[in-house]
Amino acid sequence: MIPENGGPAALRVSALRKTFGGTVALAGVDLEILAGEVHGLLGENGSGKSTLIKVLAGYHAPDSGELQVRGKQIPLPLAPGQFRDLGVEFVHQDLGLVPALTVTENLRIGSYAAGERRFWLSRSREHREAEELFARYNLTINPSVQVRLLPPVQRALLAIARAAEGLRNSPAVQESGGGLLILDEPTVFLPSDDVQRLYELIRTITSTGSSVLFVSHDLDEVLQITDRVTVLRDGNLVGSVDTAAVTADSLVQMIVGRQLQIATDPRGTAETKEVHCTIDNLSAETIDSVSFHVHRGEILGVTGLVGSGFDEVPYGLFGAGPATSGTLTIGDRAIDLAALEPVLAVAGGLALIPADRGRDGSVGSLSVADNIALPVLGSYFNGGVLRRRRMSKEISTLMSDYDVRPNNPSAQYSSLSGGNQQKAVLAKWLQTHPQLLLLHEPTQGVDIGARQQLFGAIRAAAADGTSVICASTDHEQLAELCDRVLIFAHGRMIHELTGQDIQKERITELSFGAVSTK
Amino acid sequence: MATGNSTLPSQPKVETSRSGLSRGQDRKPITVFAERYALVGAWIVLAIFFSFLRPDTFPTIGNLSAILGSQASIAVLTLGLIIPLTTGDMDASVAFVSNLSAMMVAVLNVNLGVPIGWAILAALASGALVGGINGAFVTIFGIDSFIVTLGMGTFVGGVILLISQSNTISGVSDVLTQAVVITQFLGIPLEFYYAIAVGLFLWYVLEWTPLGRRLIVVGRGRNVARLSGLRVQRIRWGALIASGTISALAGVLYVGTSGAADPTSGSQLLLPAFAAAYLGATCIKPGRFNPIGSLIAVYFLVTGISGLQLLGAQGYVQNLFYGGALVIAVTLSQLTRKREEISPGNSQ
Ligand SMILES: Nc1ncnc2c1ncn2[C@@H]1O[C@H](COP(=O)(O)OP(=O)(O)OP(=O)(O)O)[C@@H](O)[C@H]1O
Ligand SMILES: [Mg+2]
Repeated sequence: MIPENGGPAALRVSALRKTFGGTVALAGVDLEILAGEVHGLLGENGSGKSTLIKVLAGYHAPDSGELQVRGKQIPLPLAPGQFRDLGVEFVHQDLGLVPALTVTENLRIGSYAAGERRFWLSRSREHREAEELFARYNLTINPSVQVRLLPPVQRALLAIARAAEGLRNSPAVQESGGGLLILDEPTVFLPSDDVQRLYELIRTITSTGSSVLFVSHDLDEVLQITDRVTVLRDGNLVGSVDTAAVTADSLVQMIVGRQLQIATDPRGTAETKEVHCTIDNLSAETIDSVSFHVHRGEILGVTGLVGSGFDEVPYGLFGAGPATSGTLTIGDRAIDLAALEPVLAVAGGLALIPADRGRDGSVGSLSVADNIALPVLGSYFNGGVLRRRRMSKEISTLMSDYDVRPNNPSAQYSSLSGGNQQKAVLAKWLQTHPQLLLLHEPTQGVDIGARQQLFGAIRAAAADGTSVICASTDHEQLAELCDRVLIFAHGRMIHELTGQDIQKERITELSFGAVSTK
Repeated sequence: MATGNSTLPSQPKVETSRSGLSRGQDRKPITVFAERYALVGAWIVLAIFFSFLRPDTFPTIGNLSAILGSQASIAVLTLGLIIPLTTGDMDASVAFVSNLSAMMVAVLNVNLGVPIGWAILAALASGALVGGINGAFVTIFGIDSFIVTLGMGTFVGGVILLISQSNTISGVSDVLTQAVVITQFLGIPLEFYYAIAVGLFLWYVLEWTPLGRRLIVVGRGRNVARLSGLRVQRIRWGALIASGTISALAGVLYVGTSGAADPTSGSQLLLPAFAAAYLGATCIKPGRFNPIGSLIAVYFLVTGISGLQLLGAQGYVQNLFYGGALVIAVTLSQLTRKREEISPGNSQ
């Protein structure tokens, strides 16, 4: 669906440059988004995608560069919020929702801020409007619930629907017939079965003449949804191509600039290993009396549809979520899961890498070193003082082992790109050599190269005797990483895949099949 | 147990609503330096300014000694306060706790004839006890720390009136006044050095021990701290006990300075302590409550006040100065903190 070349581009950026101190985040990048197209923006972690988007949001002032919106020259830098007058809406990776407010209030933040014309805010009317909006986008979200209580999926859909609605109501869009919706990795929070719904939403948006800029690390997704793609590497433009003219392999080559070795894993040896962890009768909010075991050094995947309860497994085993009963036996030590607290879990050799990196995994306002060193602070306390120099040195080594870039332990954590943040969190926990490593969506927001590095790190830990449980809806990831996969439905374990059966298609099939055989 | 990641009073998380993105700052080293030492610079300018206007009274040893000596109590109080502020809790009871401690020393020592050493120990214990009760409500019942400590502060104010029968009690053993204010080193009363010692100790704990790092993580990200295996509730509780105990120490210095305890001095110390804590968070380590910055802020504020008083300003200038400073300091520290915390979410 390549639009005719008649009208001016929805947006054109030329020679955009942005540096942070010594770091060149964008070294003169061109980007053209045609009217009515879905445009993919690809690149490794730290290649400058988010920086480009933040310039358009008026968050960063670029060093130089030009911007045209629908043929009109717009002076840079943009003022914060100016994008709205230009008919541009954003969904950032953090979604920009206020957790303590309700769904309706979050929908209305924009209009509250813009100066509400109505004096009397009728709650029921607001709720009705919210429901109408959701109906328009085919969503079922309760308007009166607080956003912090929504599952991540619904949060993402809410944020995207809100932005789409902003576009629909924008005078600039109504006048010109087309706006631009910018999505920065909107699907990392979405299980694969919900991504489809997002595609439909995106197509609805482009059918009205608007364009969508779509940042993602998932090549299948990009190939399926976009019309054209632009690839960045280290802040430079590699090129823009028609999606129809490329394959996944050629995209990979554009992104990493070399042929990528996908490691073929030696799997299927788990049966011969001893049982390391046994989980008996684990029950939580959704899961009901589930029992299974993990062999030493095994990477066990758990998956299922949203609501199947599979994602309660890592939190329940760590004492971080609502396990109501169950026992975890590691070696010969039995732990009562109903009474487990994270403090005891850590002391017992468990480590949890939660999916919500920003909220649960790291403190963005502290340095990378402060974040990574947290579980092992005691080991740097020697002779009455914290050995800060040794700490910084060892963490720098650790960061280069996990390829966290830039390798600067005192950099503020939130200044790292998404994928590098994730590598840092993995480094934080793997340095403790846990007995049982619990992962939830460990590679979200991570580029394909880094993904291989993370897999490598997880496999190396497993080879050292760490048992791993990985909860994920990324079926490709499970197929690539896991020795065994458990599939959940309605709070119960319904399938176990081993050896050659662990195929992406098979996992997807069984996850969905689980619903129809209900 | 309340382990939620609530919005904390002293550590306002920046909410990035759709309209909440502001321009990101990219700072040069010179700006960083200027920001860290701006308050020190302002202090020097202020001192020069008053020396210029009052050359025969302001820049004198006597005045310096008065400025440095008289503020030890407020300095120690501020240092106590920044501990719970670091862990993300408010302690509005500090001033009353220090007043209670001063009164206990006076009542025990003067009215009941208890030896001064024991009286001081009892006073410190009372501070730890109040902090412990605060902490219990905050951590076990999950009540907002501002409300709990505000209520406890008022309650303690009542206890003070009760045990003192609303009287000022003077005549505290001169062993204490000797050790606090009369003995001087380099022309400055010993209490100044006590305050510096407490400040250095706190600096050591916050900067050079694992505990210090943990305190900050608890304040900045409760959930992260909890999932990293920190005993979040115990740390918060401990912070409130520490602030209670250190506030009681401030009270001992107070009674040691004047030899007397009055039943209403507490409320007058509350604002200066908060003003100094927040002003201190704008320098040395901008965006963080820090002991060295707090000490600088305390002495900056008193320099301004005593200078204005030498110029003939009336007593009300104190209120104008502390009140104004608190609002400005909170605004400034909010701005610096915003910069430390803001990023569109945790950035991509
Ligand atoms: N506020 C900042 N201060 C300093 N450096 C920054 C800042 N923001 C980004 N950078 C740096 O700029 C480079 C580009 O980062 P950016 O976030 O744009 O990458 P990205 O392409 O979005 O990566 P990812 O796929 O991991 O999200 C990185 O090296 C990053 O560390
Ligand atoms: Mg990014």
